Amino acid sequence: MSTPATTSTDLFLDVRGITKRFGDNTVLAGVDLAVPRGSVITVLGKSGTGKSVFLKCLAGIVRPDAGEIRFDGHVLNAGNADARAEFRRRCSYLFQSNALLDSLTALENVALPLEQTTQIPNREIRERSLEALRQLDLEKHRDRFPGQLSGGMQKRLALARAIVTRPELVLFDEPTAGLDPLRRNAVFEMIVKYQRQFGFTALLVTHDLPEALAASDQVALLNGGRMQFQGTPEAFNESANPIVCAFRDSAGALRDTIAALRRGEIIQSEED
Amino acid sequence: MTRALGHYTLRIVNELGDFTLFTTRAFTAAVGSRKLGRRVIRAIYEQGVRCLPVIVIVGLFTGLVLGLQGYYVLNRFGSEGLLGTLVSLTLVRELAPVLAALMLVGQAGSALAAELGIQRNSEQIDALETMGASVHAYLISPRLIAALIVFPIHTAIFALVGLYGGYLSGSVLLNLQPGVYWSAVHNAVRGGDIRECFTKAAVFGLLTIAICAYNGFNSHRRRSSTGARAVSASTTRAVVFSSITVLAADYIITSLLVKGP
Repeated sequence: MSTPATTSTDLFLDVRGITKRFGDNTVLAGVDLAVPRGSVITVLGKSGTGKSVFLKCLAGIVRPDAGEIRFDGHVLNAGNADARAEFRRRCSYLFQSNALLDSLTALENVALPLEQTTQIPNREIRERSLEALRQLDLEKHRDRFPGQLSGGMQKRLALARAIVTRPELVLFDEPTAGLDPLRRNAVFEMIVKYQRQFGFTALLVTHDLPEALAASDQVALLNGGRMQFQGTPEAFNESANPIVCAFRDSAGALRDTIAALRRGEIIQSEED
Repeated sequence: MTRALGHYTLRIVNELGDFTLFTTRAFTAAVGSRKLGRRVIRAIYEQGVRCLPVIVIVGLFTGLVLGLQGYYVLNRFGSEGLLGTLVSLTLVRELAPVLAALMLVGQAGSALAAELGIQRNSEQIDALETMGASVHAYLISPRLIAALIVFPIHTAIFALVGLYGGYLSGSVLLNLQPGVYWSAVHNAVRGGDIRECFTKAAVFGLLTIAICAYNGFNSHRRRSSTGARAVSASTTRAVVFSSITVLAADYIITSLLVKGP
């Protein structure tokens, strides 16, 4: 695996050898990832390669079978409850499904993490929540329930909830899943904009290659249960790694295939 | 066979331990939880106000039937004057706490199990966990505290409406003097009966709502089904287990509290 030159002291999140099995199915087989502080890192991979499972292992939703996660120098997965609590205090997680509480209004959803995890006075919680909604252009929808908002608005609301606690690390699980290309671009723009504004470290998983390459400081490629590549987008584009090449060229291959089909040429699959 | 039995026994013991920890954590997590009062009031509304019509209707018909049956049975022995005693003691000691609890399980308990199951399915519970909130304090504690308030109140309402139903059957529809009926009620019910009634109501409330919450909360751990089927299976399991628990707990409490005439 190609990795950029980072010393261990620069690393905000250091993942080594994460393994996760579901029965006989090994989804993650020793995944490594180095996340420098203040960077935007995107984990790429085909659907079903375990990207979301990897992120859930980091967030503590899924318990890995083996491996070590270090957050700001502290080991998370060694029965260290204090380190895990500290991680949760400083980290936010944006779910693929948004996971908004559907019985709460937009404002209540955004206020929830502050209400439940801090001792901040109610008035300040309200001000900070309204500010987060304002930043994401949702202020006029503050009394609506998530079910009354469009998909894009729900995504923005989930992001507002994620940033209201001013986290140092935000984990984004497929933030553009199910969105049209315009909205996809808008979401990536939004992530980069707020990452620059608030200075958090962003770790995304997605299979949207062009947007990820444009928005990220580093990209990593998960395939076959292992991280096959980690480096800058430029290094990714120049990599001769066959798995990277196959993933990188998949968009071009599809264009060629469609063009050939339109020309009426017979396309034979590799299996044939 | 022995291995299977042992495996099954271990699973039951494991689940009972898990359930006890779940319920204990819900109470300990409530200490110092922010805006708990607001969530308790909401839970009281969900369990209490919404279930009130069912409690009143079932209580009334239970009293009406008790009045009818009791009148004709007692009439055979020329003792219809004891109708108030029969209706009041049957209601206060047994039927009000048991039937009110079963009605609340059917309406509020099943809704709670389904709601938590859907929240688990849609990752809302995971979201609460990842933000560092106490899931037990936020979702479970208010429901358990509300149950300790709502179940005794609804049991009292059930008993009062049932007594009135007995009066309608015995005195309005049949020929028993109202004074005889209410005097028998007044003389029959003692402080110990009311204590037994409220003790049962509180215990049933705690057990049933905890069982329903536990099943909904852990719907994702079901091996036999996933997704919407897991929610439906968990809801069914919650209602069945709660109903059986009400009857079993009723027997245990009765055997501990009743000291004879």
